[in-house]
Amino acid sequence: MRTAALQQRHWRRLGLVAALLFACVLPLLLTDFRVFQLTMALIYAIALIGLNMLTGYNGQISLGHGAFYAVGAYTAAILMDRYGVPYWATLPVAGVLCFGVGFLFGMPALRLEGLYLALATFALAVAAPQILKYKHLEQWTGGVQGIVIFKPDPPAGLPVSQDQWLYYFTLAVLVGMFVIAWNLLRGRTGRAIVAIRDHPIAASTMGINVALYKTLTFGVSALYTGIAGALGAIVVQFVAPDSFTIFLSISLLVGIVVGGLASLSGAVFGGLFIQFVPNVADSISKAAPWAIYGIFLIGFMYLMPSGVAGALGGGWAWLRRRYGR
Amino acid sequence: MEQLAHQVFSGLATGGIYASVALALVMIYQATHLVNFAQGEMAMFATYVAWALMDAGLPYWPAFFLTLAIAFIGGIVIERLIIRPFDDADVLAAVIVFVGLLVIFNSVAGWIFSYVIKTFPSPFPAEPPFGNRLIGSHDLGAIAVTLVVLVLLFIFFRFTPLGLAMRAAAQNPASSRLVGIRVGWMRALGWGLAAAIGAVAGIMVAPIVFLDPNMMAGILLYGFAGALLGGIDNPGGAVVGGFLVGVMENIVGAYVIGTELKLTVALVLIVGVLVVRPTGLFGHKLVTRV
Amino acid sequence: MAALLEVNALTAAYGPTNVLHGIAFAVEEGGITAILGANGAGKTTTLRAVCGMVRMGGEIKLAGERIEGRATEDIVRRGVAHVPDGRGTFVHLTVEENLRLGAYTRRDRRQVAADFERVYGYFPRLKERYRQQAGTLSGGEQQMLAIARALMLRPRLLLLDEPSFGLAPLIVRDIFQIMATVNRQEKVSMLLVEQNANMALSLADHAYLLETGRVVIGGSAATIRDDDTIRRSYLGY
Repeated sequence: MRTAALQQRHWRRLGLVAALLFACVLPLLLTDFRVFQLTMALIYAIALIGLNMLTGYNGQISLGHGAFYAVGAYTAAILMDRYGVPYWATLPVAGVLCFGVGFLFGMPALRLEGLYLALATFALAVAAPQILKYKHLEQWTGGVQGIVIFKPDPPAGLPVSQDQWLYYFTLAVLVGMFVIAWNLLRGRTGRAIVAIRDHPIAASTMGINVALYKTLTFGVSALYTGIAGALGAIVVQFVAPDSFTIFLSISLLVGIVVGGLASLSGAVFGGLFIQFVPNVADSISKAAPWAIYGIFLIGFMYLMPSGVAGALGGGWAWLRRRYGR
Repeated sequence: MEQLAHQVFSGLATGGIYASVALALVMIYQATHLVNFAQGEMAMFATYVAWALMDAGLPYWPAFFLTLAIAFIGGIVIERLIIRPFDDADVLAAVIVFVGLLVIFNSVAGWIFSYVIKTFPSPFPAEPPFGNRLIGSHDLGAIAVTLVVLVLLFIFFRFTPLGLAMRAAAQNPASSRLVGIRVGWMRALGWGLAAAIGAVAGIMVAPIVFLDPNMMAGILLYGFAGALLGGIDNPGGAVVGGFLVGVMENIVGAYVIGTELKLTVALVLIVGVLVVRPTGLFGHKLVTRV
Repeated sequence: MAALLEVNALTAAYGPTNVLHGIAFAVEEGGITAILGANGAGKTTTLRAVCGMVRMGGEIKLAGERIEGRATEDIVRRGVAHVPDGRGTFVHLTVEENLRLGAYTRRDRRQVAADFERVYGYFPRLKERYRQQAGTLSGGEQQMLAIARALMLRPRLLLLDEPSFGLAPLIVRDIFQIMATVNRQEKVSMLLVEQNANMALSLADHAYLLETGRVVIGGSAATIRDDDTIRRSYLGY
């Protein structure tokens, strides 16, 4: 039994290394445009880790994470455009700022249970583009026009293109953020976060400070999504209010549902899904990607509530049972 | 002074539309304790149906009532086919399914009817009634239609056996089954009614904001705000809340911050009501048992 | 007399936990059967199984027709009224509305109007309070309302889940007296679940003793009442 568990861990680690190697080699084989698309998928994956912490693990439903993504994106764009801050330095700023915003939004949200929090965050997402267009903020945000920024060069001497460099940079950030999230969620903190989702009252009687954990989770979740937003701005080289509508928030929701609620590795599947499936569907009609999103949302809840990662895990377990070890 | 009065009256008109949306939301909330995020998009879609019927040559009122019937049946079908499997699921699953519906209706409308903005006729005359300068005919008509819907619903729920059964099923499903009420069908009926009420709101608002697949997003937000302000479990309160929110929106827009941040007003209202007085002005306090 | 309700090899489970392990009992046409037993013996589950509220197996016949596996609503429409544990009152509705719901499946309007008077005759207290919200009634009044609501169905079979629970002895005696009258005058058969064995045995003609999901003793109520050994070892009085 013990050796089996050890063996399984061994295999998992080997798979992880292989996946990472594959991710490193991949951009060398593809065109710059494909590399750019893959980078976006990785960026979404970072945002999805954040949203999943909040919604999947902690049980707080957010339909408004697009707003935090927007805050991150604008932070990066304004810092680079106005103040000449180097691109990599905008990430921590965006992260900290979003942590603050998320924490603040999390405080009134504390009093809101499930459905009502979904309502409030939904309102946030719908209102966000309008706030970004607001004329008194225009001197920073550029109003409806948005802000154009320049694509950073790779460090001198590295034989990679701009797009390839950004890909590796994003991959490094993703791996780092993934490891942090993994460590956070597997220990005491993680158990507390999940306990609050499943049994808030029991959790509080066991001495878990529910309010603190919930607001902190909200903050950390916003931090992840904000860093993703900053990366997104850098990679796309452009921010504008209409990139951050309610549909961005819904995309993120689609991502965690497809990847799997309360599953970290699912974030990568989710990111790939929201980056590539609409592209495929776009060739049918402009409206088709969204119809497909909707069908996937309902279909996944119906057939595979544990998402792709869960289905893969389940399939793996089934194969092992079926064919022995 | 006259300008203020004008703001109040036109606020009442849009408030009537918010009230209808709020009423539709309350309808589903009462039956299932869930808020239908797709309510606005369902209303938008129904409005397109009305537009298509008129485009095909049907006069206004026949098209109006036919649309309500289609929306009613559509609501029932959606509940039976898509919502019912999630009856016992948790809130998260339900919310995700609602968002899925929202997205599907939005994109299918864009697909069939394109994203080009369309004008939508009003059944009421263009000149203001009785030569007054305070309120237009369509505004007054929209208020009247809202009030008629409200009175009809009140009569239905208060005085008919079916209305009583629907209230019972919403309150206590287990006991309702024990007196022979088909609870599932009562829920489906609630969805049908909500869809029809939403259709009324869509048809009334389309002449003002023009018809396009995204027209209901903001209105849904104000509908939420109205429902929460009045108390999400109280139909009468939701209507009052809808009217209040409409007037508030207009006055705040005209005198305080301008019209650019209308949606932010709704956001602040929603969060404010939820935090300060989650039961709304007229709602019951919900007690959760451990 | 023929059996109105006949139950054989009834099993029931909540999730993976079996609560009933194949019990059999019957209610005669016009008769009263009592099911006795301690907490957790499966009494409430038995009633729930009869009207399709739990996952169950076995055979249930109502007047010769198999009804197991049918939806609760359909069983109710065949004339089975259930007064559940906790009374199942619609607390936000008025007394009158509660009673009107009891007759929800009936189409004979004139007869329903007459039944209101009949039921108010049994429970005059309810008539005094017909406009009041049911949630504001006392425990005894709510129990009366629950029985009255069940009677509004004009049931052939009345299932009663611990009607004495939590009530003062005087009120319990009243309620049992009314039940006896209803049984005698209106020929309503009853399946009664009780912990108060003394009261139940005085009302019933047949009784079954349930212990952890099995029938340990079944027979005529009089026999069980008069058997000192059973009384002492199982009923504890």
